[in-house]
Amino acid sequence: MNCRSEVLEVTVEARQVEEAMLALLHTILLHRSTGKFHYKKEGTYSIGTVGTQDIDCDFIDFTFVRVSSEELDRVIRKAVSEFKDALSSDGMGQISLEFYQKKKSRWPFSDECIPWEVWSIKVNMVNLANEQERQICREKVGEKLGDKVINVVEVINRHEYLPKMPTQSEVDNVFDTSLKDVQPYLYKITYQITDSLGTSVSTTMRRLIKDTLAL
Amino acid sequence: MDGDLSPQDKKDLDKFIKFFALKTVQVIVQARLGEKICTRSSSSPTGSDWFNLAIKDIPEVTHEAKKALAGQLPGIGRSMCVEISLKTSEGDSMELETWCLEMNEKCDKDIKVSYTVYNRLSVLLKSLLAITRVTPAYKLSRKQGHDYVILYRIYFGEVQLGALGEGFQTVRVGVVGTPVGTVTLSCAYRTNLAFMSSRQFERSAPIMGIIVDHFVDAGGGGGSQRPVNMGQPCNYRAPDDEDGGAFAGVQDSQEVCTTSFSTSPPSQLYASRLSYQPAPTGGAAEFNTNQGFQAGKEGGGIVLVPAPPPPHGADVQLTVENAPDTTSSSGDEDGLLQSGEGRSVSPCDPVESLNAFTRKVGAFVNKPSAQITAASLDLPFAAFAPRALDSEENDPMVNPPASPPSQSPLQASLHSQGSEGSGQQDDFVMVDFRPAFSKDDLLPMDLGTFYREFQNPPQLASLSLHTSSQSMADDLDSLPEKLRVYEKNIDEFDAFVEMLQ
Repeated sequence: MNCRSEVLEVTVEARQVEEAMLALLHTILLHRSTGKFHYKKEGTYSIGTVGTQDIDCDFIDFTFVRVSSEELDRVIRKAVSEFKDALSSDGMGQISLEFYQKKKSRWPFSDECIPWEVWSIKVNMVNLANEQERQICREKVGEKLGDKVINVVEVINRHEYLPKMPTQSEVDNVFDTSLKDVQPYLYKITYQITDSLGTSVSTTMRRLIKDTLAL
Repeated sequence: MDGDLSPQDKKDLDKFIKFFALKTVQVIVQARLGEKICTRSSSSPTGSDWFNLAIKDIPEVTHEAKKALAGQLPGIGRSMCVEISLKTSEGDSMELETWCLEMNEKCDKDIKVSYTVYNRLSVLLKSLLAITRVTPAYKLSRKQGHDYVILYRIYFGEVQLGALGEGFQTVRVGVVGTPVGTVTLSCAYRTNLAFMSSRQFERSAPIMGIIVDHFVDAGGGGGSQRPVNMGQPCNYRAPDDEDGGAFAGVQDSQEVCTTSFSTSPPSQLYASRLSYQPAPTGGAAEFNTNQGFQAGKEGGGIVLVPAPPPPHGADVQLTVENAPDTTSSSGDEDGLLQSGEGRSVSPCDPVESLNAFTRKVGAFVNKPSAQITAASLDLPFAAFAPRALDSEENDPMVNPPASPPSQSPLQASLHSQGSEGSGQQDDFVMVDFRPAFSKDDLLPMDLGTFYREFQNPPQLASLSLHTSSQSMADDLDSLPEKLRVYEKNIDEFDAFVEMLQ
């Protein structure tokens, strides 16, 4: 099974990085989250309800919709904040949201993580000289983010591969069940920084692994 | 393999499409209310949230949608459309976007209705939530208020995009294949908003007498002609919840709320207010607590999905814990409509609605309030924005309040002069110029006097004429002496010049 890979590219000012990343990551996660599963006997299960919330950006003329889950929002904000801190003022970077499935292996081999969808968001940072340019940037970045949301929706609505709905014993191999109110597919967020010279070898590489069965 | 749908699947599919259409309308209209939407996630299923999404149901919107559908479902050649338009306070209107829920003939016979179709419809609704915040009308709707309002209109049948102007863009939200056809959701939105900006400039100096009664005449055409009813305003005001509407899905129904919806012709469109109160018990209770759907009976939340067989192939029963009782669905709808109509609706005419506001009249207003009320009848949006009625007469900046009693002689002089001026209502009032914080004890004069005096300073003494000739003579006499001294010190001067070089 091939992993589906999508790349989005945005050019933003330094103070817009966080909101732009949050907007896109939350839009993707909105589509890749379900309500909590409650398994019952006879092999059936019920699904909880996902609420949504409108978030206005402060530095961009844009409003995005995210899942109503403070826990999930905290995790995403933390990852985005680390990414932003690592970015230099006029550098480039890339943050990736990867959805994966776990495949149990026998001892002594550890579980395998098989990605099935990867979203990469490339960020180019610019410095702006004056307030007028910043105002234009606010509006332009808002429009660009709107285009990106349309791209995301277009990809997701192709209804390509999704992991099968798991049994109760397998649910942690497909979904992140650690949150109280929603259940996204298992995901991890990683990022790479390219310095201003454009060298592709990352100077810092960190992983933020979201793993419900941390060993 | 039988390609035809089983009766149960067909029934489920029809129900999914029907409620998907209703939820689509709710999402679109709520996105144009001008407010941020927030609903809460719930880990335990309540059984009343279709597609596992917390989307509140505004009763009037559901009513309008059901009225438009008239018992039919979106099908091939029968699209459900939600038209969003803008109406200015002067009566000009412009269509902004049209959302279309269509069905085409491309069928996916192998797809599982109760599982895959349901989940994909849920994803499509999430996409709709995202896309409704991206089209240009969203920003316009967030700023609606005094100058313009956003209206919606639901119709069923052929899609009409002619009023969107040239160069309109289309964005496809998504598609879901079903065994009876492919459900497509898309939006066509206007890109040319030039009408709005030019109209704003014309406000001050109309070129000619433009009669804006284009839509006043009743007797709209049938069929494909544009109906007279412009649409309902998108400004539903939910009751104030303490937690900011997070529980709106369950709590709002029991509280009194005022909305500004009207089904009357456009001249009264904006003026009537409906007060929504829960009808006494009975059918209304069911209506209210289940967001317009009777959960349990109509399967408002499809609660489940069959679990897949475990790897080792144990025997698993495929069950769908659906609402068992679907035959009563039509009866329930009637019940819902009845309960909806049974609630007390008290449309007011414009004057009554104005009087319902606690309107503060300025303390020194000269005009009687009756005049203001009569004048406001001409304002189409008086019901929406009472503060827009504040005329200049109430503005303390235009008519300053009467002067307070004087506290000191200085202030008395100021106010006496000032009040004379204003009492006579002259254009110019002579007032002594006293700058703020100025004190009289430092200089026995004010700034104006100081400025005038020092503009013309006295001549310098050395420049005065009567001494000039005397000094010249003295200079000439002292010259030979000075020359003798300089010649004596000539060596010093030479050394100095060399140093400089």
